[in-house]
Amino acid sequence: MSDNVHVFDAVIVGAGGAGLRAALEASKGCKTAVVSKMYPTRSHTGAAQGGMCAALANVEEDSWEWHAFDTVKGGDFLADQDAVDVMCKDAVESVLELERMGLPFNRTPEGKIDQRRFGGHTRNHGEAAVKRACYAADRTGHMILQTLFQQCNKQGVEFYNEFFVLDLIIQGGVCGGIIAYEIATGEVHTFRAKSVMFATGGYGKMFKITSNAHTLTGDGPGVVYRKGLPLEDMEFFQFHPTGLYRLGILLSEAARGEGGILRNGDGERFMERYAPTIKDLAPRDMVSRAEFFEIKEGRGAGPNKDYVLLDLTGIDPEVVEAKLPDITEFARTYLDVDPLKEPVPTVPTAHYAMGGIPTNVNAEVLHSAHGEVVPGFYSAGECACVSVHGANRLGTNSLLDIVVFGRRGGLNMAEYANNNKLIDVPEDVAKSSEEWLRSITEGESTEPIAAIRKDLQEEMWDKASVSRTDEGLGQALGTLDSLKERYGKARVKDRSKVFNTELVEHMELGFMIDIAEALVISAKARTESRGGHYREDHQMREDEHWLKHTFINKTADGDTRLAYKPVTMGRYEPVERKY
Amino acid sequence: MPEVTLKVLRFNPETDAESHFEEYRIDANPMDRLLDLLHEIKWYQDASLAVRRSCGHGICGSDAVVVNGVNRLACKILVKDLPSEITVEPIRGMPVIRDLVVDMEPFFAGYRAVKPWLITDDEHEPTRERIQSPEERERFDDTTKCILCAACTTSCPIFWSDEEYVGPAAIVNAHRFIFDSRDTGAAERLQILSSSNGAFKCRTAFNCTEACPRGIKVTMAIQEVKQAALYRSV
Ligand SMILES: Cc1cc2nc3c(=O)[nH]c(=O)nc-3n(C[C@H](O)[C@H](O)[C@H](O)COP(=O)(O)OP(=O)(O)OC[C@H]3O[C@@H](n4cnc5c(N)ncnc54)[C@H](O)[C@@H]3O)c2cc1C
Ligand code: SF4
Ligand code: FES
Repeated sequence: MSDNVHVFDAVIVGAGGAGLRAALEASKGCKTAVVSKMYPTRSHTGAAQGGMCAALANVEEDSWEWHAFDTVKGGDFLADQDAVDVMCKDAVESVLELERMGLPFNRTPEGKIDQRRFGGHTRNHGEAAVKRACYAADRTGHMILQTLFQQCNKQGVEFYNEFFVLDLIIQGGVCGGIIAYEIATGEVHTFRAKSVMFATGGYGKMFKITSNAHTLTGDGPGVVYRKGLPLEDMEFFQFHPTGLYRLGILLSEAARGEGGILRNGDGERFMERYAPTIKDLAPRDMVSRAEFFEIKEGRGAGPNKDYVLLDLTGIDPEVVEAKLPDITEFARTYLDVDPLKEPVPTVPTAHYAMGGIPTNVNAEVLHSAHGEVVPGFYSAGECACVSVHGANRLGTNSLLDIVVFGRRGGLNMAEYANNNKLIDVPEDVAKSSEEWLRSITEGESTEPIAAIRKDLQEEMWDKASVSRTDEGLGQALGTLDSLKERYGKARVKDRSKVFNTELVEHMELGFMIDIAEALVISAKARTESRGGHYREDHQMREDEHWLKHTFINKTADGDTRLAYKPVTMGRYEPVERKY
Repeated sequence: MPEVTLKVLRFNPETDAESHFEEYRIDANPMDRLLDLLHEIKWYQDASLAVRRSCGHGICGSDAVVVNGVNRLACKILVKDLPSEITVEPIRGMPVIRDLVVDMEPFFAGYRAVKPWLITDDEHEPTRERIQSPEERERFDDTTKCILCAACTTSCPIFWSDEEYVGPAAIVNAHRFIFDSRDTGAAERLQILSSSNGAFKCRTAFNCTEACPRGIKVTMAIQEVKQAALYRSV
């Protein structure tokens, strides 16, 4: 066997919160490896600021059932209610478990985990905002990532860092491992495994303005889509209302949870008009849309009236410095604005993918809208769609999701691996990956891939972001076709084997274009408005036709096919979403 | 737009016997990050430039480099705060893989050596959370901010001359647990840090504190660890 073939029971792709949480479980039960294109601590989970929610009721009365209601309503009734119940019930133990692993949560005067308010989280089915978000200053994600990494080191989890996954091995419908590119050496490796998890995070980098890292390019969903497997609910992408002007760097909703106020160019607290009860703490899709219309209708701030203002000057400066130190520094560093003295220019920023690789509550990947699974293949975290977030995710529910479903996935991977055999794979299983690498590193390049990526990001921002129309999405599809053609002719100029990051960026762009297509086709088909998907030409939610999940996949002849899966309902019937 | 000149130390082991500087001219905006300039080079002038980066706003710790002689994150230093001639080199004291990318393993080995994870002697895990007062939590707040970027360790003259020294970042991460009221592993860690490669190597040069992009008082943390080791009390 060559040095470049590795055999494990379980292989987890991605070392963010979801991947590391899965690794802690899987490695207890079977021989496990984590394969990640970055060092684990570079993962974007570390950028999460505001908090992770659970109905601990440490500060005021709360229940997991209220949390479930808020999640379903916040998601505009598209979430699968059985999955939401699992997540909200598991939430309490998940937070406590992180604390016991050493996570330094902020504390109440009695020494318990402190909690604060966050958008869309309410007491007793919408009566008033509730304190449900557990937090560690405004670096909750950083502390989750560090804590899980610490525990993995303690447990001796095996890591393959800076290995870029190119392909998934599936033989006879069963998963058998992955193919990966070692960035430091340019070698191709085969990881055979009984169970594989994709936990590759989000893909906001397809948009011009985003809170996401450069590396969040949707490689995992991209591999899955190219395999002909479906992606679910791709049209639902969240735009967060408070990204730093032009840059998109996030200012957490915690800023509004602590009392920050959004104002338009006239100084008006415009959210009073859009959500009279919870105002600035309405769900993100509503606030982003409100901003979009304020700006569109000429009430933006600044010389070009193209942003709104996040006003923190009314909050006690000590609270800002103690509870929001990082975001205060972001505004100071990157915009030269001191939030203690003046309001911060903000815009909606592409933030979170509700859609992704379809799974059930055991993190098993679905083969189709009928619900049968791909044996041995798992997914968790932002790249997966369970779906617990429906059409719009509530703040603090993602850090929860990654921990809950990462853990469940890890447990199930170990159990599957211990009850199944490694499947046979052909000798030349890595051949198509090697050919791909060869094809993009041969011959003359027509243009830098950065130019293609920039055009993709601008088109997606203009035609497929906060507000969409049939016409705009149609144009975007045309643009995507021409971008694909240009991409097909672009070559990697750098031919070095050693740490060739141009090659990595090239592959990332390819995945991004593919899943952008899945997003646009799904969005064009859905002729209603729901959660993060807003159609100017179909402004109402249409439960009669559209209370269902979109499944999109590529057929063998290169076409795309749409299918739909009913939403799993439960205690809550759809009602109009008012706040 | 001011024009800036970037001198970048380049090295590709496949083609270069030694590292050398290459010069690039760029029209920059005063609010641009150094990382934006490196991207401009990589994306439109010279695709072969190798640099690690991810978040772009000082939170992931990927892109510590030496900028005009001092350690900075490329995504957290702005053109307006730099002269028009900017020199960029890989962080020192670690093997260069290519250009600005170094082998981080020696750094992480030092980190792992101090057992940076919660150690407790509970016979039974509590069913709820452990209780910790806000004051106890505040005691180690500063050192929880570390993003493992290595800016401190690779600015330390002791580390340059002695690769066995665990380095400031490892001590910072030990501090984070030694002063955590829930942790009972202080004695083990202090023993490790009292060894010849531990905290007493530090000669309080303060480079580390100056370099830390998270504003952690690194030298103070090291002093507190030394004190604790001397008196075995936390
Ligand atoms: C700025 C910001 C703030 C946020 N704040 C909050 C918050 O307060 N509360 C909340 O609940 N949620 C928040 N979120 C959302 C939440 O942080 C993310 O959804 C979540 O952390 C995603 O975790 P993950 O483990 O799925 O992915 P990530 O942490 O992004 O990890 C992805 C992993 O996949 C690996 N990977 C990717 N592609 C490949 C490949 N081709 N080969 C090998 N490895 C690969 C990467 O190396 C990485 O390790 C925030 C998000 C952002 C951007
Ligand atoms: S202490 Fe500061 S400089 Fe050192 S590794 Fe941590 S964040 Fe980086
Ligand atoms: S790119 Fe993440 S710290 Fe600079």
